[in-house]
Amino acid sequence: MEILLAIVIGLLYAAGVYLLLRRSIVKLILGIMFFSHATNLLIFVSGGLHKGQPQFANDGINAVSSNPTDPLPQALILTAIVIGFGITAFFLALMYRFYQVTGTEDLDDLKEGENK
Amino acid sequence: MILPALPILIPLLTIILLLFSFQRREWQPWIGLTGALLQLALALFLAIQVKTQGILVLHTGNWEAPFGITLVVDAFSSIMLVLAGIIAVSVSIYSMDAIDRQRQSFFFYPMVQGLLMGVNGAFVTGDIFNLYVWFEVMLTASFVLITLGGEKKQLNGAIKYVSINLVSSLFFLAGIGLLYGKTGTLNMADLALKLSLADNNVLMNTSAVLFFVAFSIKAAVFPFFFWLPASYHTPPVAITALFAGLLTKVGIYSMIRFYTLFFVQDKLFWHPLFLWIGGFTMVIGVLTAASQYDIRKILSFHIISQIGYIIMGLGIFTVAGIAGAIFFMAHNIIAKTNTFLVAGLINRITGSYDLKKIGGLYKIRPWLSILFIIPAFGLAGIPPLSGFFGKLILISAGFDAGEYVISFIALAVGLFTLFSMVKIWNEAFWKPRPEGLSPFEGENEKLPVSMVIPVVFLGLITLTMGFAVKPILEIAMNAAGQLLDPKIYIQAVLGL
Repeated sequence: MEILLAIVIGLLYAAGVYLLLRRSIVKLILGIMFFSHATNLLIFVSGGLHKGQPQFANDGINAVSSNPTDPLPQALILTAIVIGFGITAFFLALMYRFYQVTGTEDLDDLKEGENK
Repeated sequence: MILPALPILIPLLTIILLLFSFQRREWQPWIGLTGALLQLALALFLAIQVKTQGILVLHTGNWEAPFGITLVVDAFSSIMLVLAGIIAVSVSIYSMDAIDRQRQSFFFYPMVQGLLMGVNGAFVTGDIFNLYVWFEVMLTASFVLITLGGEKKQLNGAIKYVSINLVSSLFFLAGIGLLYGKTGTLNMADLALKLSLADNNVLMNTSAVLFFVAFSIKAAVFPFFFWLPASYHTPPVAITALFAGLLTKVGIYSMIRFYTLFFVQDKLFWHPLFLWIGGFTMVIGVLTAASQYDIRKILSFHIISQIGYIIMGLGIFTVAGIAGAIFFMAHNIIAKTNTFLVAGLINRITGSYDLKKIGGLYKIRPWLSILFIIPAFGLAGIPPLSGFFGKLILISAGFDAGEYVISFIALAVGLFTLFSMVKIWNEAFWKPRPEGLSPFEGENEKLPVSMVIPVVFLGLITLTMGFAVKPILEIAMNAAGQLLDPKIYIQAVLGL
């Protein structure tokens, strides 16, 4: 399971980097979203993945044999997702405003405005 | 003891008050200023408490470390809190007249307080994930501040600023994930303890490098500095001054904290790296500044160059080196913010930041040139101003530690800094007014008192730091001593 997720994370990072290097701002934002999802999955894997191990067991026997997945990374991811969601929303609004003011969403056009 | 949480709670309460009085624009500056003054008073109080009682620790929600989030104020944090308070007060006063009404009524003050909450939170937290959250609080507020007003060039700078900072946050997050996977803890003190006991510490470098990249981007260190001069000159100068004083320094603060507290095992890899990076940062920042003609751009490139000195102190890694870094950071936060504020005054008189379009200011505003000389020559390191002593401590620490190359680089960069400051001085104040230029738009207007007070206030601090080096250096030495002995921190937090 960890190996499969590792490959997925790698693919997501690759896609994210590719999109980050594109000129369009929409693709830049998509790239950052891929990046943040890859990072979230990375944290998810770092807690270890164990199938069918209950977090809480009250019959005494399971509690001893159980080797549950660490739940804390999931709490961290939850926080990271919420923050990422808010920031992405802000970035999309920023892009829209940028498009309204300049009429372009090409990053190469940013250079011209720099010194004005 | 609730004290360590107050630097976060005061801005939070101020934000709530500001939002409730949203429709009364004339109240906003005063509420913001009151919040800032309270923060400064609290920070001074905390600094005294730390000096008398040692490190202050708060286990939030009574969850003992390492399980809960711990807030810690040690000597280094308390120094940073005081500096943040000083900048908060100065910018709050300055923005009363420097920020136009429209921006003021669209959440300028709540966002400044939000930024301060993030900055203070980053200074007091003792938990790496919590540090990430405070970074995000600070960044979100800064995103809004840099775009507030929505001028074309602001949006232009904001796109770069937002995207690079998001990427750096993700590096930070990935570092946290990997470090947690390896150690099973997020508490800084617990991390320090576990890493000091672990035997294969070289493996920790995979996480340490991710943190290094993240903090380097935030602190605008070579080779990750390019976003700063591309975005810092776009918002109104009061906002730039706030950013210049605080934002990059939070990155540096975290770097010093991480690489003195728990990533200390692999010294052979990190310390030469810090020295190299510090050297490159200094040289490139100062050389690129020399070719600029916009005052704000010159000053922005100088932020980068000065960050290099602080990294150099970290790379020397002796008590004197770290103390020099802390002293230099204190000097730089004050003087750098002040130069930006003076740039705002120049703009108020001449209506321009372009050195080619201004001149002869010495003739019409002689006292303004004095206000400029104090921070500018302070940055360049002319005795008896604070920058001279900051550089002196760092360079003598470098010689003591046998790091001759970096020390000579630091000396040379000092000269170039002087060149840039003299360039602004010559062009803006000394040279006659350019031919055929109509009178400046604000030439006969009186400068608003609220914009002059913070400049004088910060100038006085620069002077005081220069004349009272010994007591201030002692404070820095004390903080550096604490930083270099992680046992004190671990004992205060974990009670071992």
